[in-house]
Amino acid sequence: MIRFLIKGLLKDRSRSLIPLIVTSFGVMITVVLHSWLTGIMSESLELNANITTGHMKVMTKAYSEVMDLSPLNLSIIGADSLVKGLKKSYAGTDWVKRIRFGGLVDVPDEKGETKAQGPVVGWSLDLLTKGTKEIERFNLKKSLISGSLPKKTDEGLLTDVFAKRYNIGIGDTFLLFSNTFEGSMSFTNFTVAGTIRFGSEAIDRGALIIDIKAAEKSFNMEDSAPEILGFLEHQYDDEKVNLISEDFNSLYRNNDDEFRPYMIRMRDQNDMGSIIDYSQAIGTLMVAIFVGAMSVVLWNAGLLGGLRRYSEFGIRLAMGEEKIAIYKSLIYEAILIGLIGSITGTISGLGISYYLQEKGIDISNLMPNSSILMPQIARANITIAALYIGFIPGLVSTVLGAVISGIGIFKRKTSMLFKELEV
Amino acid sequence: MREAIIRLESVSKLYPTGSGNFRAINNISLVFTKGEFCGLVGPSGSGKTTLLNILGSLDTPTEGTAKVLGRDIGKLTHKESAQLRNYHIGFIFQTYNLLPVYTVFENVEFTLLLQRKTAVERKKLVMDSLEWVGIADKAKSMPAQLSGGECQRVAIARAMVKRPDIVLADEPSANLDAENSIRIVETMKQLNMEFLTTFIFATHDEKVMKFLDRIIHLKDGMVELDKIINKTS
Ligand SMILES: Nc1ncnc2c1ncn2[C@@H]1O[C@H](COP(=O)(O)OP(=O)(O)OP(=O)(O)O)[C@@H](O)[C@H]1O
Ligand SMILES: [Mg+2]
Repeated sequence: MIRFLIKGLLKDRSRSLIPLIVTSFGVMITVVLHSWLTGIMSESLELNANITTGHMKVMTKAYSEVMDLSPLNLSIIGADSLVKGLKKSYAGTDWVKRIRFGGLVDVPDEKGETKAQGPVVGWSLDLLTKGTKEIERFNLKKSLISGSLPKKTDEGLLTDVFAKRYNIGIGDTFLLFSNTFEGSMSFTNFTVAGTIRFGSEAIDRGALIIDIKAAEKSFNMEDSAPEILGFLEHQYDDEKVNLISEDFNSLYRNNDDEFRPYMIRMRDQNDMGSIIDYSQAIGTLMVAIFVGAMSVVLWNAGLLGGLRRYSEFGIRLAMGEEKIAIYKSLIYEAILIGLIGSITGTISGLGISYYLQEKGIDISNLMPNSSILMPQIARANITIAALYIGFIPGLVSTVLGAVISGIGIFKRKTSMLFKELEV
Repeated sequence: MREAIIRLESVSKLYPTGSGNFRAINNISLVFTKGEFCGLVGPSGSGKTTLLNILGSLDTPTEGTAKVLGRDIGKLTHKESAQLRNYHIGFIFQTYNLLPVYTVFENVEFTLLLQRKTAVERKKLVMDSLEWVGIADKAKSMPAQLSGGECQRVAIARAMVKRPDIVLADEPSANLDAENSIRIVETMKQLNMEFLTTFIFATHDEKVMKFLDRIIHLKDGMVELDKIINKTS
């Protein structure tokens, strides 16, 4: 009997192949959509982490309370050994000093007199150490409009808009006026190595990137840093970051020195917490809507499959099969199809997501210009949820469709099912 | 007198309609005996199909009692009525109603699967009944490859394979040409004589009628005339 039913299932494509394709396609799309949305969300979080927040950040307790002002005089002293210690304590993580500063760029003429002056915001990061990941974090290679990356501490990168406006080119020198650690004036000469684009008009109007060593020297900040940014090996992970920050802060629990190191998480900064939660909620909502739509489609497919077969059921009843046996066979068929469809859908969805995660889609070509603030490659991100987000609705809705359409077998009188045999 | 295998006593079937109940069968009392070859004739809407459905335990009478092989149709459980159909009643339809995805052999075999017969038994019984209707050579064909007459033969084989007591046939020749109609009825008549299976037809077909040994005329759900044509015993 079972062989008989399976044979019927295999031979009748509209009963097997079509629902199978519908189910597995729906499940596949759900899995890919989920991974893709998760990927896009984490991509934009990463962008933020790379430029400003890090996955975590260490600073002095005092600095952390007025972080928005970035007061250099509240910097961590002994930052180099702290960085070393952090790298050692938390395997796989990377820790970097960053100094953000403001200043005036003074462009001299041939005689060395001021030709023009413009305000800049500045970032200093590790550009020169071998194997530094900072260049990648700022996507400097691709954001370069002209010239090259700095090769020496006295070279810097200016935004292209600024350089054009003040008529300063590659190889030209300029003077940076800024403040030292103690608050006195600092003057340092730099040579323009290249020009870049951030992709934000406000920043592109005037920004400067220099090596961290140069900044330390000009601001009198050797071995100190206002902020040490920490990065996990892979993308942001709330749990890991919580563990590390709790562990780190517990070391200083009984220390009430206002200059004690203090670690904050990405979600503690600039409203990132609500952005993280919000984007997760949006992602969940979108997937929920899609899963809902898919369920309705699969359910209807199951329903139609059942209705279409009323004449077959009529014949089987006439032959002396019991209603309950027919109903059961309908549901077993749906379970079989739902299972196979959901498994193949999940596997193929994971396959596509994996490809999108590893290879990504290079979207930099879609933009007129590459820039620091645009993700270059859109990637999917496979999470555990991808294993069940398509599978469960795929299976449940297929089976539910059969369960509900099958109720019709009972509701209808035998003679009515039978009537449908007469054409 | 042969043994009575179906007894209807004051059977009525009422369908609820907008304006009260409609009597599709109205107070019918009839007895059918073993080995009868009997036709229900009458205009469209006279209640032929309704009556066959009650005899086949696909429907129940609203009033009166219908006893088939001693069982009260109105009181059977789903399981009992399925059993009755599975072992004792064969059906033949106007539109053949073969399962399109199965071969001729499998279509006929299905009833026996429900009876949990072994593969060897099934093979023997199926091939025998295909022999009776003269299409054993088409056992492996699909229904779509057969002519209408051949399909109806498969349907007869399917009804006969379980050696039922009763075969109910609703307009079995209505979709067939004259020659095929006659051949089909001849085949059924032969089986009727050989196995003493009771055949009850609903039919309009004059060609069929001359084979019948009893004709029951229905009109508006009532028996208008019950005529025995040539008594065979
Ligand atoms: N489920 C139902 N609900 C209401 N009325 C019904 C139902 N089934 C049948 N009838 C009515 O009962 C009457 C008898 O129907 P039945 O199908 O038995 O006629 P019939 O003699 O088989 O006709 P035909 O020769 O056209 O097949 C018809 O008037 C029909 O409209
Ligand atoms: Mg009819």
